[in-house]
Amino acid sequence: MNSRPIIAPAASQQLALTDLQPGVSARVVAVAASHADAPQELSKRLAELGFLPGELVRIVARGWLAREPLAVRVGTGTFALRRFEAACVRVCPEPALTA
Amino acid sequence: MDGPSGVQASPLVALVGNPNCGKTALFNLLTGSRQKVANYAGVTVERKEGLLVTPAGRRVRILDLPGAYSLDALTPDEHVTADIVFGRRGGERRPDFFVCVTDATNLRQNLRLVLALKRLGLPMVVALNMSDVARRKGFAIDPQRLAAELGVPVVETVGVRPGGVRELVAVLDKLSLSAGSAAAGAGEPAQQTPDDVERDHDEVRRILRVVGGERNDGLVFSDRVDAIVLHPVLGPLILAVILFLVFQAVFAWAQLPMDAIKNGVQLFGQWIGALLPDSLFKDLLVNGILAGVGSVLVFLPQIMILFFFILILEDSGYLPRAAFLLDRVMGSVGLSGRAFIPLLSSFACAIPGIMATRTIQNPRDRLATIMIAPLMTCSARLPVYALIIGAFIPQRSVLGGLQLQGLVLFALYVAGVLSAMAVAFLLKRRGPGAQFQSLLLELPAYHWPNLRNLAIGLWQRVEIFLMRVGTIILALMVILWALSSFPAPPPGATGPAIQYSIAGRLGSALAVIFAPIGFNWQISIALVPGLAAREVAVGALGTVYALSATGSNISDALTPLIAQSWSLPTALSLLAWYVFAPQCISTLATVRRETNSWKYPLLMAAYLFALAYGGAFMTYRIALALA
Repeated sequence: MNSRPIIAPAASQQLALTDLQPGVSARVVAVAASHADAPQELSKRLAELGFLPGELVRIVARGWLAREPLAVRVGTGTFALRRFEAACVRVCPEPALTA
Repeated sequence: MDGPSGVQASPLVALVGNPNCGKTALFNLLTGSRQKVANYAGVTVERKEGLLVTPAGRRVRILDLPGAYSLDALTPDEHVTADIVFGRRGGERRPDFFVCVTDATNLRQNLRLVLALKRLGLPMVVALNMSDVARRKGFAIDPQRLAAELGVPVVETVGVRPGGVRELVAVLDKLSLSAGSAAAGAGEPAQQTPDDVERDHDEVRRILRVVGGERNDGLVFSDRVDAIVLHPVLGPLILAVILFLVFQAVFAWAQLPMDAIKNGVQLFGQWIGALLPDSLFKDLLVNGILAGVGSVLVFLPQIMILFFFILILEDSGYLPRAAFLLDRVMGSVGLSGRAFIPLLSSFACAIPGIMATRTIQNPRDRLATIMIAPLMTCSARLPVYALIIGAFIPQRSVLGGLQLQGLVLFALYVAGVLSAMAVAFLLKRRGPGAQFQSLLLELPAYHWPNLRNLAIGLWQRVEIFLMRVGTIILALMVILWALSSFPAPPPGATGPAIQYSIAGRLGSALAVIFAPIGFNWQISIALVPGLAAREVAVGALGTVYALSATGSNISDALTPLIAQSWSLPTALSLLAWYVFAPQCISTLATVRRETNSWKYPLLMAAYLFALAYGGAFMTYRIALALA
């Protein structure tokens, strides 16, 4: 489980972290600014927190109204993100690892 | 004893690491300090220094630094760390040696910073902290192999156990450290790109595969707790119940010890009264000091109960969850979700709360959070609330078992929070705010609160409270007593002597300003020393009423006295006043320092005064109309 995927998943399987179902494990494909106005340093900070290609992520909980914030488990840590932050993370679900 | 120059010449060792990996716990163990430790990111926001004397008798200066996710700082607290690591902080030497602290249960996240530090070519050791928890959770990390892979010595540490730093101390003892040895170390690399971070992470993954710090955990304990605690419906419900219980307990549990303290003070006063002949000194002791200090001291149990709960919430890891649950509320008034923890700290005292805003990246967000921090009801206001509630709100159950007094207290705290939200909303509406308020808040693994930490934390609060009572409050009481006793009344005067004194005259003058909101001259006097520390207002009322009482009821406790002499609208008006409580001077000084400008503390004092006066005026008038 530690090796990075050699072949990039098909684009059709990719989705934004905001669209991932809670409880479903997924692998990070890429991290990029979701919005032209989003702060420049955001995608780098996400990488520094561990949102890096190949890492496993799972939504632990999600706010009620407006479906934010999101509590996201990444690697061995958990972070609370707002939607615009989570939207920067593209993921690919891993059905086999779904808890 | 070495002079300061002797300490300066000792080697300087800095603790660096990700937020919440236990640096401050290690620092406390190494230096015997008692810096605040809690289970959330961003407890330490400033450099702290202590001295370690190793078994070999060597003196080492230890520096505790705020946690940082990377050396490319984003927030003011991370800048403190980066500036020191790169040796670009004015007037400060670059550390000679680094202890890179890691959370052994979260190496996948923590090792990237180790690699970044190692690249700087600075002498360092890696501390595998929380190694006991890691072992219990089944992380089988071999320190020797990790050291071999990293090319840096590795030691295991346990920050919460006495003796948990023995190995680390041994390493520091053996090092050939001398002051200034790293000053010539590598300079400052260019900012990392996300690709660099990715490359570092590939290396981390490789190392972890070799040393075995990996474990494929599906749902861990914290996830299972979070499924309930962060649940969209259950979560807010649990939060409400917890907060509610706290305020109920503050009144329900405190009665017995409070009565004991009150009786003790009274007995002592009577004993002194009988022992000493009538004199000015006796008057100072009984009416000035005992009446004033005693009336503040009574509230120690309530403050302890409040902090007991705050410490448990901090230690368990629940606080960032509360921030998660309330993030939408914060967002709706344009505040960053990161503002939650600084604001929550302000319930203890606004000063650490304002310091904690250093974890907020956006300067406008940070400023807005600083400006509303004093609206969170600090613990110094608790004695004022408790005094008035105790005197005017009947002790009875409502809504099936809930105490009315606790409910009123809860309502006062809520009033502070709601007005803070309103002020934040207005502040953020002016001018172009950032469109995106960042959250990016770490939700740490839950821990059972450490009993030793809890006891130490609670004892510290007792010490702080007693220190305040014994120093600033005592001093102000003596001054107030003097101002209230001199000059002596003219011969043939009828009213109590205090009316003719400096304080009495001042109170009468101030009462003209405060009469429209229902404050009498005694309250008006008490507000003045209340600027230095809010709970002094209670002590001041104690002294003023003791001095203005005539004849036999001198030793009466403050509560029945004010219950007799104030109207209910006056009491409610004073409660409303203290929701906004125009400022304690130390808070204003902190704002001056953190914003580096006089503009914001002055603005803060002005807006709080206006709110307090307006709030008290409305409360008084409405209560009068309804009465």
